[in-house]
Amino acid sequence: MKQSLIILTLLLSGAAWADGNTSLAPATSNLKWKNECSACHMAYPPALLPERSWRKMMAGLESHFGQDASLDALTAKEITAFLVNNSAERAGNKRAKKVLGALGPDEAPLRISETAWFVREHEEVSPQVWKRPKIGSPANCNACHQGAEQGNYSEHQIRIPR
Amino acid sequence: MTRFTFLVAGLLACGAAWAAPQDLLQSLAVQARQENTRFQSFSASRGEQLYHAKQLHSSGKTLSCASCHTDSPKALGRHAKTGKEILPLAPAANHERFADSAKAEKWFKRNCQDVLERACTAQEKGDFLSYLLSIK
Ligand code: HEC
Ligand code: HEC
Ligand code: HEC
Repeated sequence: MKQSLIILTLLLSGAAWADGNTSLAPATSNLKWKNECSACHMAYPPALLPERSWRKMMAGLESHFGQDASLDALTAKEITAFLVNNSAERAGNKRAKKVLGALGPDEAPLRISETAWFVREHEEVSPQVWKRPKIGSPANCNACHQGAEQGNYSEHQIRIPR
Repeated sequence: MTRFTFLVAGLLACGAAWAAPQDLLQSLAVQARQENTRFQSFSASRGEQLYHAKQLHSSGKTLSCASCHTDSPKALGRHAKTGKEILPLAPAANHERFADSAKAEKWFKRNCQDVLERACTAQEKGDFLSYLLSIK
């Protein structure tokens, strides 16, 4: 009994360590990014796209996935700098390296959910699951990743809605 | 003297925060007069029509302000494309609404573009805001 408790504690602390290690929250946040980029959807982790993707996205906010998400020049400049400083190149962790490794040198995707890394990581999710009413599309990270808004994508925090 | 300054500053700050939707309405009236010399007043019922009017978008979809803000401006909204929750638009249900006129103008610009595929006139924005303010 005591032994299994110790093992359980070890397992739990292992999980906690893995969680801490896999956080996708940027090292320091930015208030403008948090406010402006979470108005229509959750704020996506900057580390999941390369610098060139963020620059391209920020240069075309007037027509952002069929919507006008335009910002005044000063705010746009601050958010671009933040995204670039926390992009896959700058994050430098294992996952960011995988994201970059799966991209061609000139590829600048605007969707995280269409990168080769994302598709591979989610290959066990079937096409019908993405279309469930409570999910809607792969862009709806926080439908399944309970801690997405805090940057926590660990497998212990995944609950796929029925 | 300094105490008096603080008092006045404090009163102004409270007043500004509290009266913000009215301030925006007033500045929209000034703009409306500049856009149209025959401008008379804003109309809550025209604003209500704008809120519900279904527009045929060039993408083939029909869209209205109610698509995301729901049929009642007092209700919790839901973004038509992403499903994200949107807090109620009517100041009676959400005191933070129209407290920041730069924010309000930013969203008028974006949402009029998305729904009407053009900017809204000051008349339309004032009508819309009058409708929201008429909801108790
Ligand atoms: C006016 C609404 C709006 C605002 C504001 C907005 N977005 Fe979006 N964004 C959308 C929509 C709509 C989509 C498409 C969502 C879908 O397909 O479900 C989207 C998709 C995205 C995606 C792709 C998600 C995927 O599939 O991987 C990224 C990345 C993104 N937005 C980043 C941003 C950033 C950065 C900002 C702030 C500068 C921002 N968005 C602000 C509406 C908005
Ligand atoms: C349908 C539910 C669902 C949605 C929506 C979804 N995911 Fe996932 N995600 C999963 C599943 C299932 C896994 C696989 C977990 C595993 O293999 O252990 C996963 C794995 C991941 C991982 C790897 C976790 C790890 O432990 O290394 C990351 C990072 C991730 N998702 C990010 C995202 C992002 C970002 C989005 C939105 C753009 C998203 N996911 C949308 C279900 C989802
Ligand atoms: C595609 C979804 C969508 C549609 C359609 C839409 N809105 Fe919005 N609206 C939003 C979002 C998202 C916000 C910002 C989130 C928030 O403030 O809670 C917002 C905020 C606003 C605000 C800001 C209020 C404030 O806090 O000062 C105004 C004004 C507004 N919308 C007017 C309109 C008008 C007018 C229409 C129709 C012409 C419209 N909206 C249609 C999604 C939408």
